[in-house]
Amino acid sequence: MSELNSQHLRKYPAKPKQVYLYGTCLADVLFPDSGIDAIEFLELHGVEVIYPQGQTCCGQPAYNSGYNEEAKSVALQQIAQFPLDIPIVIISGSCGGMMRHHYPSLLKDEPGVDAFCERIFEFTEFLVHVLKIKLTDKGEPEKIALHTSCAARREMGVHITGTQLIKQLDNVELVVHQQEKECCGFGGTFAVKHGDISAAMVADKSASLVAADVVKYVSADWGCMMNINGALEYQNQSLRGQHIATYLLNRTNDKAVSNKDNADER
Amino acid sequence: MSVNQYVPDNKESKYADSARAFRQNVAKDLADEQLRSNFHGAMNYLMDKRKASFPSSDELETLRQQCKLIKQRALVKLPLLLEQLENKLHENGIQVHWAETINDANEIIAQIIESKNGKNIVKGKSMVSEETALNDYLQARNMEILESDMGEYIVQLAKEHPSHIIMPAIHQNKKQVADLFAEHVKGFEYTTDVDTLIGEGRRILRDKFSRADVGITGVNFAVAETGTICLVENEGNGQMSSAVPDLHIAITGIEKVVEFLEDIPPLLSLLTRSATGQAITTYFNMITKPRKSDEKDGPEEVHLVLLDNGRSQAFADEELRQTLQCIRCGACMNHCPVYTRIGGHAYGTVYPGPIGKIISPHQLGIEATKDLPTASSLCGACGEVCPVKIPIPQILQRLRVESVKKPTGSPKELKGTGANRKTTEALTWQVWSFIHRHPNIYAVSMWFATRLRALVPNKLGAWTRVRSAPKPAAKTLHERIKLRTEEAS
Repeated sequence: MSELNSQHLRKYPAKPKQVYLYGTCLADVLFPDSGIDAIEFLELHGVEVIYPQGQTCCGQPAYNSGYNEEAKSVALQQIAQFPLDIPIVIISGSCGGMMRHHYPSLLKDEPGVDAFCERIFEFTEFLVHVLKIKLTDKGEPEKIALHTSCAARREMGVHITGTQLIKQLDNVELVVHQQEKECCGFGGTFAVKHGDISAAMVADKSASLVAADVVKYVSADWGCMMNINGALEYQNQSLRGQHIATYLLNRTNDKAVSNKDNADER
Repeated sequence: MSVNQYVPDNKESKYADSARAFRQNVAKDLADEQLRSNFHGAMNYLMDKRKASFPSSDELETLRQQCKLIKQRALVKLPLLLEQLENKLHENGIQVHWAETINDANEIIAQIIESKNGKNIVKGKSMVSEETALNDYLQARNMEILESDMGEYIVQLAKEHPSHIIMPAIHQNKKQVADLFAEHVKGFEYTTDVDTLIGEGRRILRDKFSRADVGITGVNFAVAETGTICLVENEGNGQMSSAVPDLHIAITGIEKVVEFLEDIPPLLSLLTRSATGQAITTYFNMITKPRKSDEKDGPEEVHLVLLDNGRSQAFADEELRQTLQCIRCGACMNHCPVYTRIGGHAYGTVYPGPIGKIISPHQLGIEATKDLPTASSLCGACGEVCPVKIPIPQILQRLRVESVKKPTGSPKELKGTGANRKTTEALTWQVWSFIHRHPNIYAVSMWFATRLRALVPNKLGAWTRVRSAPKPAAKTLHERIKLRTEEAS
């Protein structure tokens, strides 16, 4: 399939002094380490990070359930938290897809939405296209896989930037697993409303990752990872996914490599 | 009774009940390992074939854009083009019939056949005739109707309906087909050799063709400019069905009309490559008129039945109208992770897979199909491969909105609006929205969630049937960043 995606049509700004971080509701309550690691990583690369305490959730859960009015009021609340004209870096491709590609139609009658959407950057997209980052790998040789959420892949092109970043790590071998492009079966409320279909999908996804014989898989999406890691844990597999922000920080930072525990992987 | 006197009864489609049983169908078909392996293998094969037939993504994207615009141009002018098509067909000597409901269509066809004393009917592949359950209708009128497409023939022998719009019998493997032949075909020497099986089917069908007096086919494109009925097929059965019997009846949905003859080459190329990965099919039939007096073959009469069956409801809404761009290639189902796992029959609808989820609510109503729009992770694979760029995930999201909103009774409302609205769910989202637009209340809620993390139950319904329960962190990201900032200053 074509690799055309929103990145090809996008004009990227020069490296900014400051950015906002959008942490996402999942990272906030379940996986905060990845948010902290993203901030540390950005700071190490010379960018000041502002985290507005008023942010909550992008509204995607309600939006995907057909409750557009409920999603809309939450979405407007988010926009109000990010007044400065600086990039907003999101550590989840699917939330990024929601804010960049679905806000314009959801909030079509509201002023200033397009300008807000233009400021949305997924984390890996921001590293590659805005920071034009060069990574120095300081870790031991290992094999990993990459998982990108469908929204991240199809709406944000995150599989391209995620791959580019991992390929910069000299000691890391990126293994392409079977049916890598296929959905893991999360899909928000889909996983609960149609639990048996979702279960069949995550069974195949986790089996394919296990078969890839890697030490871990990395992803920029906690929704998928909560799903896949939950299945792997349930199956008593040792393989787990790690957020790409944590992974990149660990691989490139001397200090981090030694003291980092990966609490988010529980 | 003539066609004009017919008053339709508003009997519900037989697919409404099977669509209502979606959840039970899914449970049954997910447990069928043979079925899952048949679909998995076939879908992988079709995905590879499609990929190989589009070596250049630039060319693919250009062609998709072109064909999307062709179909959108035709839909914008739909009423005009249908009128033009009717006039052209009349000029060419083809009779045109309009059917609002499936029963209208069936009755029109039955009466045409009866008026010619037709007895032996052969049918080329037609999903619209599956939509109307035409076989059932004609058999109830004591007519014999034989499916002449190999896949459709297998499905007919098995007393099933197609599980895929292009590959009707894709749910069966060669052993299952051999067993079916052994049961139903006299003198069949048991074999699982595919070529021999096809040869056997062909032998039976040849015999039927030679005796058929009525042929029924579907339509892939109907050209308004020239009054041409186009039929895309691989087995020659479409040509046999439309050219050998004295009477040919074609049936199609009103959305199949295109404006110009020159719209056909790009559409055809995109259709065959998206569907089976073929550069072109073995047969492409262009039918413009009945047999002329100086011609040696062809039907004496040709009829075209144009069916609405809910299409005008989709047409009336600019967003949902895009549903009608579909050229029925099946690529969306081939690439759908849900379809691949549950198979085509589980949907319970005529059209399965992603496109079925967005067509069926117009045909059967939102109530009968209320589980379909939610049975998607919105992964977007369908929209990504759709040759005419139907934004299927966006339309699924829209149908979710329609199915949970409060009905107002407006005539513009879709049939079955609000059928999936549950008071508790609506309330849950209102509360959710309230919490998430009040950062202080959100912060308190999340504080409790993290402090009470030990109390999170290990069993969370469907989630924990195959997964461990997620545990909240000790402190939220909000709190940790606050602490971090305080430490730094």
